[in-house]
Amino acid sequence: MMSDKMMTMKEAVSRYVKDGDSIYLAGFTHMIPFAAGHEIIRQKRKDLTLLRATPDIIYDQMIAAGCAKKLVFSYAGNPGVGSLRCFRRSLEKSIPKPIEIEEYTHFGLSGRLFAGATKMPFLPMRTNIGSDLPPENPLIRTIKSPYSDEVVSTVPPLNPDVAVVHVQRADVNGNSHIWGIIGEQKDAAFAAKKVIVSCEEIVDESVIRSDPNRTLIPDFVVHAVVHEPWCAHPSYTQGYYDRDNEFYMQWDDVTKEHDTTMKYMDEWVYGVEDRAQYMSKMPSSKILKLTPKTAYSTPVSYGSV
Amino acid sequence: MTDVSPSELMVIVAARELKDKETILVGVGIPNLAANLAKKLQAPGLNMVYESGAVGSNPTRMPLSIGDPCLVTGAKSICSMYEQFAYYLQGGRIDVGFLGGAQIDKYGNINSTVIGAYKTPKVRLPGSGGACDIASNVKKIIVITPHEKRRFVEKVDFKSSPGFVDGKESWSKLGLQGGGPYAVITNLCTMKFDQQTGEMMVVALQPGVTIEQVQENTPWTLKVADKLESTPAPTEKEIATLRSLDPTKIYLG
Repeated sequence: MMSDKMMTMKEAVSRYVKDGDSIYLAGFTHMIPFAAGHEIIRQKRKDLTLLRATPDIIYDQMIAAGCAKKLVFSYAGNPGVGSLRCFRRSLEKSIPKPIEIEEYTHFGLSGRLFAGATKMPFLPMRTNIGSDLPPENPLIRTIKSPYSDEVVSTVPPLNPDVAVVHVQRADVNGNSHIWGIIGEQKDAAFAAKKVIVSCEEIVDESVIRSDPNRTLIPDFVVHAVVHEPWCAHPSYTQGYYDRDNEFYMQWDDVTKEHDTTMKYMDEWVYGVEDRAQYMSKMPSSKILKLTPKTAYSTPVSYGSV
Repeated sequence: MTDVSPSELMVIVAARELKDKETILVGVGIPNLAANLAKKLQAPGLNMVYESGAVGSNPTRMPLSIGDPCLVTGAKSICSMYEQFAYYLQGGRIDVGFLGGAQIDKYGNINSTVIGAYKTPKVRLPGSGGACDIASNVKKIIVITPHEKRRFVEKVDFKSSPGFVDGKESWSKLGLQGGGPYAVITNLCTMKFDQQTGEMMVVALQPGVTIEQVQENTPWTLKVADKLESTPAPTEKEIATLRSLDPTKIYLG
């Protein structure tokens, strides 16, 4: 099985991610494509505008590595743990360099992708009004309804230069099955100019066609397909490996100082060639710990006369 | 009575506010425990919805984040992030939303964005996430927070999530569809909001707490309800059920 879209993460990043690009590494807690972030760091991309609702550890790492010029986000914390220290060091102390920010709410940022994906000039929504965010972000505005006197908040469309979306399984052309928390994967893929799909498994097109409701992303919006098992660690892939909550808690310690962060990066990002080598360093006890129990869905029939 | 920690007390008091069949937007940690406790006691039909798009979750272990895989296994439905905010929150389907933050003021405005000025932060906090969206659209906002002077401020540094803003009159002009702040539950007392002015008001004292203690830990002169009540002490059943939900004391330490 081959197609001209199939390539390694190294090739995909080299071909599609340029200095100065705006990039969206998708996934709400789930299926965050860490392998793509690490490859972007290794290829020393710079002046990137990093787009994500929750920057998470992946953007904390890219900020520490000096890839970022700007962060567009809605929640810059380590969920259940606390701060993203590298982001804060950059914003509060300009270490390793200063960073610009553009901030929304979760609804605002996911709405921006929806507007971008559906080619609308703006999206109206019921939020922001009464908060102090609009005065700090002039792109959050209001509009009077053409049908009543109601005034609602608006956000502009977002069309990233590149989106990277990790999925459970895809065929060689990029038709992608996703299940579990589907976050903003579909919106990011349809909104972006270039789309890299990475997957845990490459499957035959017949597997995709056996369950078309699960195909959130069709091949014709996809530019590159990367077969990258464990791409999302320490995030997770439902049914494949669990979230490494231990790592998320340890990250707080690892990032106490810029130097301690870079020590981690030297070993686990710069010190490996690719995700396969990263995983070969992972203790087998950790892999066992993250292996989920199975919970199969009941099969459905898609048959017709 | 078995000794309860301040966190346990807050969870138990918050759980009592939840009614059967209500739909609750839950955060991780303390609010998640309160919702699960209510579900095991008076509200078996409680619907738990998470910002991550998990609807009707039935977690068998404590989730660390709102996107934890254990919220997916056995859930009623999973939707996208945009759909979660558009259909469930903006669609007016959520009765109660739990919010927290670094600061809360007397009109129930919450700051989870920044201490100091926005452009020159003393401490940069995570930001709204879905909090502002929740505050703008749920029927009741409940806040669970330790009662500390640094958290209760007369005016928040930054309104991440609007409460009654500068008072109920100006708030009603904003036309938000949500019902605004409903209760603030602390280790010292339960506060609700004056119907006319929207100002925070002590309605009940936690067991053994005096109104003086509450005032000492609040930097402005607090309004007190005409009929100040005492919160009934946690029952053995509430305590035992709660402890079974967090046996390793991740959140109840």
